[in-house]
Amino acid sequence: MVNIPRWKKILVLVLGVLGLAFSAPNLISRDTLKFFPDWLPHKHMNLGLDLRGGAHLLIEARLEVAIKEGLDNLLFSARSALRTRPSINYRNLRVVPNGIALTILKADELSKARSRLRELGQGMGLEANEMNLTLSFTPELLRDRKTAALTQAMEVVRRRIDGSGLVEASVQRQGEDRILVQVPGIGDTTSLKDTLGKTAKMTFHLMDPDYRTFDPRQRTRPGVMVLPSIDNEKDSQGQPIYYLVKKRVEVSGENLVDSQPTVDQNNRPVVSFRFDPVGARRFGNVTRRNVKKPFAIVLDKKVISAPVIQEPILGGSGQISGNFTTQSANDLALLLRSGALPVPLTIIEERTVGPGLGADSIQAGKIASMFALIAVIVFMWMAYGSFGLMANVALALNLVLLAAALSVLQATLTLPGIAGIVLTIGMAVDANVLVFERIREEQRAGRTPISAVDAGYKRAFSTIIDANLTTFIAALLLYMFGSGPVRGFAITLAIGLMTSMFSAIMVTRIMVVTWLLKKRPQTLPL
Amino acid sequence: MRLVNLIPVGTKIDFMRFRQLAAVLSLALCIGSIGLFMFKGLNYGIDFEGGILIEIRTSQAADMAALRRTVNGLELGQVELQEFGRATDVLIRVERQPGDAKAQNVAVEKVKMALGSSVSFRRTEFVGPKVSSELVEAGVTAVLLALGAMLLYIWFRFEWQFGVGALIALAHDVIMTIGIFSLLGLEFNLSTVAAILTIAGYSINDTVVVYDRVRENLRKFKAMPLTDIINLSLNDTLSRTLLTSITTLIALLILFFFGGEVIKGFSFGMIWGVLVGTYSSIFIATPLLIYMNLRRSIFDDEDEAEGSPA
Repeated sequence: MVNIPRWKKILVLVLGVLGLAFSAPNLISRDTLKFFPDWLPHKHMNLGLDLRGGAHLLIEARLEVAIKEGLDNLLFSARSALRTRPSINYRNLRVVPNGIALTILKADELSKARSRLRELGQGMGLEANEMNLTLSFTPELLRDRKTAALTQAMEVVRRRIDGSGLVEASVQRQGEDRILVQVPGIGDTTSLKDTLGKTAKMTFHLMDPDYRTFDPRQRTRPGVMVLPSIDNEKDSQGQPIYYLVKKRVEVSGENLVDSQPTVDQNNRPVVSFRFDPVGARRFGNVTRRNVKKPFAIVLDKKVISAPVIQEPILGGSGQISGNFTTQSANDLALLLRSGALPVPLTIIEERTVGPGLGADSIQAGKIASMFALIAVIVFMWMAYGSFGLMANVALALNLVLLAAALSVLQATLTLPGIAGIVLTIGMAVDANVLVFERIREEQRAGRTPISAVDAGYKRAFSTIIDANLTTFIAALLLYMFGSGPVRGFAITLAIGLMTSMFSAIMVTRIMVVTWLLKKRPQTLPL
Repeated sequence: MRLVNLIPVGTKIDFMRFRQLAAVLSLALCIGSIGLFMFKGLNYGIDFEGGILIEIRTSQAADMAALRRTVNGLELGQVELQEFGRATDVLIRVERQPGDAKAQNVAVEKVKMALGSSVSFRRTEFVGPKVSSELVEAGVTAVLLALGAMLLYIWFRFEWQFGVGALIALAHDVIMTIGIFSLLGLEFNLSTVAAILTIAGYSINDTVVVYDRVRENLRKFKAMPLTDIINLSLNDTLSRTLLTSITTLIALLILFFFGGEVIKGFSFGMIWGVLVGTYSSIFIATPLLIYMNLRRSIFDDEDEAEGSPA
């Protein structure tokens, strides 16, 4: 233990230099770091949202809605497939969990029904129980559909966030049906949540001819629905205005290719849109046949506006004028541009920290770490004298290595992470204390200094390993099963344990041994 | 020479004289803690109970009465307001709203609207019912697995008596921590779970150091009675135990006073844990070895195989 091979000394030196190099950028501002060449370390520690300030939104996608929609469509197609001549007699066609079911009435039509259904549901499972047929999604198919819906929803979310100018935001998939949105720097999420929560399904409908004289107590004609206006318009008596809108969708937002906020000839904010060729053709046909009739533009079952068609619109582009402000025109254009969400989204967890609190936390963390470091250094010096100073050098190096590891790994430093660093400062000296106490004991037992140091390190070694490994196990499990801030704590704790073991076993030892061999003291100052 | 002789050397304290007293004391405190947990319960944070937490800063010293009126006027059920660190900062807790996550979201916006633009929002958090129950599950899993893994390690490295002793000491520390959180009504949240696990790690760490020495002394002094061996080992490691506890406590106390309001509960939990963990290694984990009839014969056949003891 007293003879340290040269390669170990070199290793310690190299690691120390690397540690300094990789932790140094944290002392330099990001603006200055931009001018650093790529080969130089230039990464700051990655600060968590609780320190930088920002929003963490966990969103749940109701994927079962996409499945349900798929089944409704399947039901519809099954009906027309069975009715295709020569038609097949059936009853009780219905949606069951993850599939559709029906009963065939004539036994000789069973095989024909089976083949038509099989053709309809490519890859789906078809089960027959006497005259009852069930066509259902296989687990793989179900999973694929859900994944597809989630991916699409994530894509829409990403487009909406990018469109809002939040360039640093990250959108990640989490688990089977969740999306994690993290937006650094944002302190107020009200408008962001509003943007993310909207389905943004836009549809164009014709209106019921009696729309002017509608009384909400009256019953509507079949195929007509009553919709409120998007901004809760009131009439002159203060009653909310309702619109009688035909259910049939003439053109839908799926056919939109672009949408931009702009102003009309009176300088009022409006939203312009453009259809793809299919949408343009449909839109052209509808407007040509319904000149001078009102037309409803509906967003998520609310009427944005219901203008009267003045002339056929054949070019495939138009304008929506409602009671827009510049902001609301911007928002609507963004929603339309980003596309509709395939499934409804619900925000199930929010953690937003304003930039002020984040900065305060960093400040408090810096002060606490510094004070703790100074206090521990003074204490160790008082307790162990020159040996304490050597332990202090190792402690300082330990922190440098910890900062370097966090910067290189780009592990996220959170407020509990800072707590982990402060705790490390307190606990890191433990390994050295174990060794020093042991050396002291060996010396009291009558050993010479060199032999005491040798025995001290040898005997303390396995205790250090045992003691640190147990804590390390706890940190590891915290990381694996903890969430968010707890993981940040686990990371710094785990890295801190490793660096403190390294600095105690290697760094202090080199210092102690070097000093010992140079001075050859009669007694150790312990 | 060391400048000050801070830590006593070569002590001969008869720790085992206090072992019955310590056992009674710990048993009483543990029963008290369990009682508190069962009848008073814990003040769960939004992580585990769901609900809303908003931290605001007002331009002048906050008018708590007016704020309370404003928020209570929204009829969102139970609402708690407390000053948070300084006179301008207020922490608002709103209980979980009936219904799903959407209801929480609506309530958040209601509160923000009602408080208006005169205050700045430093923190806005809400946890829906589904997430909170998942966090409870993950927290419990993490604690149990961590305890189990540490125990397996001890069992693997030592004899089973040590494993059982460490487990009981560990359970003692965790129970006492839950007890103090219940007694003082401190918020119990995700950070508290992290604190408990760290306490467990620290306590085990401490226990392992003493156990290592017990094992070594058992081999060295074959004729010595177990009680004396344990006393000797505790005295041998006492200066280390005190030194490490002191440096850790120094760091944690500084964190408590200067680390900011947000992690105060967390630091408190750890400070408590270091005290309890140090106590339990000396007065619970080690004396338990006596009760479990740890026989030196266990080590006799190992002696040659392992060479130099640690």
